[in-house]
Amino acid sequence: MAVLNLVQAINQGLQQALAEDDRVLVFGEDVAANGGVFRVTEGLHEQFGETRVFDTPLAESGIVGLAIGLSVYGLRPVAEIQFLGFVYSAIEQIYTHAARIRTRSRGRFSCPLVIRTPYGGGVKAPELHEESSEAFFCHMPGIKVVVPSTPSNAKGLLLAAIQDPDPVIYLEPTRLYRLIKEEVVDEPYLTPLGKARIAQAGDQLTIIAWGSMLERSLRAARNYPAEVIDLLTLSPFDRETVLASVQKTGRLLIVQEAPKTGGFGAELAATVAEEGIMSLKAPIMRVTGYDVIPPLPLLEDYNLPSEERIVNAIEELLRY
Amino acid sequence: MPRETIAQFQIKRLEILTPQGEVDAELLPALSDSQFLKLYELLQLTRIADGRALSLQREGRLGTFPSSLGQEASQVGSAFALTAKDWVFPSFRELGVFLSLEYPLSQYYRYWAGDERGMLCPPEMNIFPINIAVGTHLLHAAGVAVGAQYRADPVVAVPYLGDGGTSKGDFHEALNIAGLYRLPLVAICQNNQWAISVSRKSQTATETLAQKAVAFGIKGIQVDGNDVLAVYQATREALDRARNGGGATFIECDTYRMADHTTADDARRYRDSTELDSWRDRDPLLRMQRFLEQRGLWDKAEQAVLEKTQQQQVDQAVAEAEAMPAPTAEEMFRYTCHELSSRQQEQLKECRDGSS
Repeated sequence: MAVLNLVQAINQGLQQALAEDDRVLVFGEDVAANGGVFRVTEGLHEQFGETRVFDTPLAESGIVGLAIGLSVYGLRPVAEIQFLGFVYSAIEQIYTHAARIRTRSRGRFSCPLVIRTPYGGGVKAPELHEESSEAFFCHMPGIKVVVPSTPSNAKGLLLAAIQDPDPVIYLEPTRLYRLIKEEVVDEPYLTPLGKARIAQAGDQLTIIAWGSMLERSLRAARNYPAEVIDLLTLSPFDRETVLASVQKTGRLLIVQEAPKTGGFGAELAATVAEEGIMSLKAPIMRVTGYDVIPPLPLLEDYNLPSEERIVNAIEELLRY
Repeated sequence: MPRETIAQFQIKRLEILTPQGEVDAELLPALSDSQFLKLYELLQLTRIADGRALSLQREGRLGTFPSSLGQEASQVGSAFALTAKDWVFPSFRELGVFLSLEYPLSQYYRYWAGDERGMLCPPEMNIFPINIAVGTHLLHAAGVAVGAQYRADPVVAVPYLGDGGTSKGDFHEALNIAGLYRLPLVAICQNNQWAISVSRKSQTATETLAQKAVAFGIKGIQVDGNDVLAVYQATREALDRARNGGGATFIECDTYRMADHTTADDARRYRDSTELDSWRDRDPLLRMQRFLEQRGLWDKAEQAVLEKTQQQQVDQAVAEAEAMPAPTAEEMFRYTCHELSSRQQEQLKECRDGSS
């Protein structure tokens, strides 16, 4: 086992997927000689050559469209979109085609593809480099949405996403890229999609978070009897784990960095309201980004949920 | 430093068969008499099956339907050049392509009757489902072409689009990629002069659509799209070039949409009947019929027999399409993903059993 950060763990996952399976192809903008703007694909072009790891023109819709064609042809494309904020021109390809080709062709064709992209704020980057638009993709039947939170689960989820028979959006929390280091098993392994993880055990309060907010929620909750659920897969999300935890604790706090209205937290809250309300002792609370356009660096700390806001919400919930 | 010309480009047009059915012998494709007859039969079948679809729609037995009337040569001529290994990416007005590739007509009707099962492609062919989002499917063809190139398979990816499709961003992204990677891809553009109510001249300032290929570093050619032999020949040459590593081609088939955009449209609102009439003299079926007659391969009696046989074939397809049992709620869920989520399973139960 080696101690790796998130970038290194994803790089190792990609390297092992490429080595294990000649159907796997890695491509996107600047992923070859440059190794990606965050170095996630570093060394892969040198090791596997131009036919396996290649640069594309600067065309996000083109990147996703190519991945669709390749996956239908029987390959396992892993496409990189340089930042989530650049994916918007490719949303037509994702929802009009990747999500629907299995349905449209009645199962004759399918799209086992992975779209990897850095997402989320807290890195003081220019406009459109810190988006947290995960909820868009959760509203697309046919698309799976995965958000790793540690080097270990990043590798296992990536390998599982590549093996999955359907399209997977794999969102890499940019703020965590080099923040967390841990021992990662050298061999390839799978972390199953659709399963949440209990990141901290507790019995008085349930906190649900994903990606960068999981790290912040764990810091905020370390001195409280809170069960912290790391969702890992947003779509389809692990309803059973969420409901079992709320049944035990009777209190629910959802932490997301995306804007509040229509965010994925709303789906979690609605699910608990529908299926778990009888165990609630307090209103469901959400700590989220505000309903504003993601701000430039000078304002972003106002917007991103802080440890303090999370602690305040925990305190308030525990008073019930 | 002087101003100098640093690059020059030419766009060629190919015509083989005149509207009178006279042929340029030097350009005649190397096809047998039975292949010439087959081409004509496919043109005729497309027209009959298309006409039947319009009747079925009026009777409420099909939904909205886009007619191929007038474009039969562009569709049949190009599809006839393909091999079974090639991958085809239709737009939504390619009845002649589906029929040339022997896709079951009953399924084609079924699709336009509102049943997804109509697009379940038989395993021996590689035809993508009908694409409604104009121009976006060229990228899928590019992806398949990258895959074929990676696997060194002798496969060409063949997307179909119209004049309107050349205005879409994905058209440009796809053909740029096709040029850059020298992909085995042949794009067949049926320039039928109208994107619903927007004329070809209102779509783009370029003199031809074929010249758009120049910007991507791929071959571009315009053909008389009502000349089935010219369309066949141009497609055949492009496919051979693609299969031999020569890269992609964009073929503009200059043709005309003789019908409304779909059965939900009324073209009289936006186009002049004199324009429509001027294209009647260039009918793709008539000129092929005249060509066959001049070669002694065809006469009125044979025409009558063919029409009768094909009407029966279409009757049979309609009967098969209408005999299919209705799709079930289960089929609405089954193909969303490899395995249904627990929530989808509950929803299916609710939908099927009427309780939640």
